[in-house]
Amino acid sequence: MTGRPGMRGIVATDVCKSFGNNLVLDKVSLAVDEGTIFALLGPNGAGKTTIVRILSTLIQADSGDMRIAGHDVVTDPDGVRALIGVTGQFSAVDNLLTGTENLQLMADLRHLSPDAGRRRVAELLEQFDLTDAADNLLSTYSGGMRRRLDLAMTLVGQPRVIFLDEPTTGLDPRSRLTMWEIVRELAAAGVTILLTTQNLDEADQLAGRIAVLDQGRIVAEGTPEELKNRIPGGHVRLQFAGPDSLRQAAGLLPASTADNDRLVLKVPADGTVDSLRQLLDGLHQEGIAAERVSIHTSDLDDVFLAVTGSHVVHGLEAGGSDVESTQEGVAAR
Amino acid sequence: MSTLAYTVSDSRVMLRRNLKHQLRYPSMTLMLIGMPIVLLLLFVYVFGGQLGAGLGVHQGRGAYLDYVVPGLMLVTVAAAVQGTSIMVAMDMTGGIIDRFRTMAIARASVLTGHVLGSFIQTLAAMGILIGVAFALGFRSAGGALAWLAVLGLLALIAFAWIWLAVALGLAAKSVETASNTPMILFLLVFLSSGFVRTNTMPVGLRQFAEYQPFSPMVDTVRGLLTGAPVGDHAIVAIAWSIGIAIASYLWAIRLYNRRRAADPT
Ligand SMILES: Nc1ncnc2c1ncn2[C@@H]1O[C@H](COP(=O)(O)OP(=O)(O)O)[C@@H](O)[C@H]1O
Ligand SMILES: [Mg+2]
Repeated sequence: MTGRPGMRGIVATDVCKSFGNNLVLDKVSLAVDEGTIFALLGPNGAGKTTIVRILSTLIQADSGDMRIAGHDVVTDPDGVRALIGVTGQFSAVDNLLTGTENLQLMADLRHLSPDAGRRRVAELLEQFDLTDAADNLLSTYSGGMRRRLDLAMTLVGQPRVIFLDEPTTGLDPRSRLTMWEIVRELAAAGVTILLTTQNLDEADQLAGRIAVLDQGRIVAEGTPEELKNRIPGGHVRLQFAGPDSLRQAAGLLPASTADNDRLVLKVPADGTVDSLRQLLDGLHQEGIAAERVSIHTSDLDDVFLAVTGSHVVHGLEAGGSDVESTQEGVAAR
Repeated sequence: MSTLAYTVSDSRVMLRRNLKHQLRYPSMTLMLIGMPIVLLLLFVYVFGGQLGAGLGVHQGRGAYLDYVVPGLMLVTVAAAVQGTSIMVAMDMTGGIIDRFRTMAIARASVLTGHVLGSFIQTLAAMGILIGVAFALGFRSAGGALAWLAVLGLLALIAFAWIWLAVALGLAAKSVETASNTPMILFLLVFLSSGFVRTNTMPVGLRQFAEYQPFSPMVDTVRGLLTGAPVGDHAIVAIAWSIGIAIASYLWAIRLYNRRRAADPT
């Protein structure tokens, strides 16, 4: 089954929420089609968890209209709860029970028949690669296993709409890929998914639409392609030994921008090997020696820079500054 | 299924979860069940000779055993509800409560599970205490009817203090606080007619002891077990229990709903 085209799994209109004097959500609106993945991208403190908690009936908004598959979150919370599954930012598992018991608890609370419950539990243990650890207490589980169990518990009742609040934060790369695979399969099966993340790549990989949330406001929204078109592409950073070679190189590469204090030249580049070779060959032919070269790919900070005009000030998971997000640094002489 | 059937089913599931927790946390469960037994031995064999000498007509260690068992029955309740507070606070500060709140389950079932689980634990602890007391030579003049009345009253009392403990567990900001606050109940049992006659206490303390809820509770149980007339102690004890149960229940529900409206983080 896939989602009925055009049917809305989640609609939020002008949602506002303050904690005391702190306006945390400022007229946030979003709409997620059935059977699609929608990513809410934003740094720490942007309000991601707050909107998830509001949409999943945990806390009340100050104003706004929220509907899950047509059910009003405010007037029909139980109708909403029967449809949704939530995997919060922090693990929501019972640490004094085993993996099986945790899942069985969910099956019982979803009122599955004993047979159906047992089948579903076994199925999920298998799907989430937890069968071996099924009868161990959670105190023996790793972070990745705990996260997988958390999501498995969410899926016991086969919810039609799922909220995933930073599902891969803190996971190792392999567990992250596993999680992505599971999320894709769910959407393919027709489940509507709202996920939050601090990671542009994750949003890009998974979501059909992305909204960028900054200090409680949605500052950009669109398909990954639309958003990426608004971000300046990647660039190559060249580090020089002295101001002379920097000046020479800058003269040779008119599209570049020079940072005279740090002796760094930023050259727009598309990240292909050919363009890098051309760049380095060009410098070599002119006899200009660069000390170091590094390649910078677009990240969340670029999105923020592009749509808000300012850098992300809060701590970002993958680091926001140029230097930290530099990938595949190559030394060249 | 009807709403009622769902409520019953969800509460049963939560009760099973609570009993599993008790088994998975054996150190606490054993401590709570064992403490009254240790106190029983302490009070009978260490203090009992001397305390028994001051009892009046029937004197001695054996007489003191008969005298102190009702007090220890209430110690048993006070100990068990300490576990209730801890369990509730652990639940509320842990992440799983948020999961429950996003699920279409009977709202009160989380609390009902705790209350029923603690109730069963209290009954078990009470059974063990009574067994040990008999083994040590405790004898009761009360007949079957008196025992039935004792168990009924203890059940009502346990129910009242358990709801108070649930509220205290909900009100606590941390598990540590939740394990400390119910200590007051413990102290109250010692400041009642549970261990010594209140007329041996200094005036101010004595007035306090006579007017706090544990004294009429102890006196009623003691009267029933010794076959002495209980007078209006019974009415006072029952009134206290019902009052505490209702007030605590309302307080607990309010706290539970408030935690739902606000944000626990
Ligand atoms: N219960 C609360 N009380 C007061 N402030 C809160 C509460 N929950 C969140 N906030 C504030 O709301 C803002 C958004 O928080 P949150 O939604 O958790 O952001 P994110 O999930 O994007 O990191 C932050 O400034 C945070 O301090
Ligand atoms: Mg968050």
